[in-house]
Amino acid sequence: MNLELVLPLLAAAVQSGTPILYATLGEIFTEKSGILNLGVEGIMTLGALAAFVTAKLSGSPILGFLMGGFAGAFLASMHGLVCLGFQGNQVVSGLALTIFGVGLADYLGTPFIGQLAPGFIPIQIPILSKIPLLGSVFFIHDSLVYTSYLIPPIMWAFFRYTRWGLGMRAVGECPQAASAGGLRIIAYRWAGVLVGGYLIGLGGAYLSLAYTHLWTNGLSAGRGWIAVALVIFAFWHPGRAIVGAYLFGGVMAFQLRLQATGTHIPSSLLLMLPYALTVIVLVFSSWRGQGTEAPAALAINIEPSE
Amino acid sequence: MLALQDKPPLAAIALLYKGAFGSLWAVQDCLIKAVPIFLCSLGVAIAFRLQIWNIGAEGQYALGAIGATWVALQFPDLPWFIILPGMLVMASIAGGIWGLIPALLKLHMRANEIIVTLMFNYLAILFLDYLVYGPWKDPISFGFPMTREFSASAIVGKIGNTSLNWGLILCIFSGLAVWIFFRYTRLGYELKASGENIRAAKYAGLPYNRLVMLVMISSGALAGWAGFLEASATINRLQPSIIVGYGYTAIVVAWLARLNPISIGIASFLLAGLRVGLENLQLELQVPSAFGGIMEGLILLTVLASGFFIDYRIKLRKRS
Repeated sequence: MNLELVLPLLAAAVQSGTPILYATLGEIFTEKSGILNLGVEGIMTLGALAAFVTAKLSGSPILGFLMGGFAGAFLASMHGLVCLGFQGNQVVSGLALTIFGVGLADYLGTPFIGQLAPGFIPIQIPILSKIPLLGSVFFIHDSLVYTSYLIPPIMWAFFRYTRWGLGMRAVGECPQAASAGGLRIIAYRWAGVLVGGYLIGLGGAYLSLAYTHLWTNGLSAGRGWIAVALVIFAFWHPGRAIVGAYLFGGVMAFQLRLQATGTHIPSSLLLMLPYALTVIVLVFSSWRGQGTEAPAALAINIEPSE
Repeated sequence: MLALQDKPPLAAIALLYKGAFGSLWAVQDCLIKAVPIFLCSLGVAIAFRLQIWNIGAEGQYALGAIGATWVALQFPDLPWFIILPGMLVMASIAGGIWGLIPALLKLHMRANEIIVTLMFNYLAILFLDYLVYGPWKDPISFGFPMTREFSASAIVGKIGNTSLNWGLILCIFSGLAVWIFFRYTRLGYELKASGENIRAAKYAGLPYNRLVMLVMISSGALAGWAGFLEASATINRLQPSIIVGYGYTAIVVAWLARLNPISIGIASFLLAGLRVGLENLQLELQVPSAFGGIMEGLILLTVLASGFFIDYRIKLRKRS
């Protein structure tokens, strides 16, 4: 293996890991507030469609990207309504959201299948891209990848140093105490659901605007579920989410290259790689962890008071 | 929603209904589709009772179909009364193992069963693709990914001169068995109790780990039966189109029926009706089939939200 082969592969790993990174960060944000949202797959797919259609009709990829987020937040708000408004089961509601979101995106997207939309193109950052090795892996991408570099440190600082971030963690760990401490716990959880949904939607938008530039049904192909698994792998730390997302991006990129070189391994077996890896990674991180990294009140509804 | 795409919404509802329940033929079609949904949903419901979130019915169904197909392709010349039970047993083993692995990973490695069973769906479906594109491909299929047609003895027969097959009877028996199990057996009671409160159940000395394994094996085996019947009775071979999302519909059905076996029967029939009706809609108005996903998702969200009004009573009070 020489560098000319490895560096493009690593760069491709960063690119195909980026949508997973957005989605994982979004899910971490939601779960920190104590809400488990298993609708990531549906939210990503709908976000991808909203971004694609907006970019196509308006001609502006940036507008499309933002709309992808709003579509994600909209779909997540249905989860919020069911779980926060009506005390519905969070696991089942998330599944319903996935069935609904994927169905809606396929339905509304049928007329657009195979069409192209204006998307983001790679920009080489002048000085940084000249750094040996690192430059040609991290700084030759489109602006959405650079945006994603900024989110983990911001999230880390938010949860560690800001009043709202600490409040949100308290709500996720022990809502009763947080409520006694005067926090408006339902409002915090709504914020967790909506902001998280927005980020997940952005991950979907990345898929249609920067990764493929065209619309096909089933664009997300399980990336949403991989993101849910990565939250556990990351032990709910935004920083570790980067490692996980690029690891999976790498496997996906590697698998695509291997198919392109025309190996004798059947493509259906190669396609299994990311899913098998998800199971392996999940098993090992759950086994190694203490079982106490998750927010303590995750997936537990707040009972309405008298 | 339909109006958005210039399709008449009211006429569509009529077509949906007519397509599903409008004729004897349509009702039979609903019953045929209700069989796999019912079996998968029954499996899902058993697991959900114990608060084990088995999302893997789709994959267990695929593995069941693979297991049954293996028997059908290996021993095509055996008489039906040996080969059909053989297929049923292999389907249960294959589906059951596909359910047991996530259970073991959950118990021994604390791996979240939702994600593992879901990933196992993708793995099972890709494995099925691999088999029908590769080793099991019919040499005379003109390049279509499918296995040889099963021999006549490996096909579950039809009841009388209807288009219904004997799988329906299997459904009724398994539904009754599960109902009796929960209502009258000690193990069924222990299972319900453990589902209500895991910690209390462990404290009371109930064999939680064994229950989880038992539940996941039977859940997988039931979905495996659905795969066996679909391959043997409906398509008569194994091909990728056997995967149509029954495993996910099963989750909607299970929750809609509040995990009760009898209600699951009714709900499977209704959601099968939705599928058949949508096929009619697709033919008449060119509505994409993805519309089914939207309906199922919305139904489930509504059911979840309305559960609130069953569990809590709204009291109107004056603001103090």
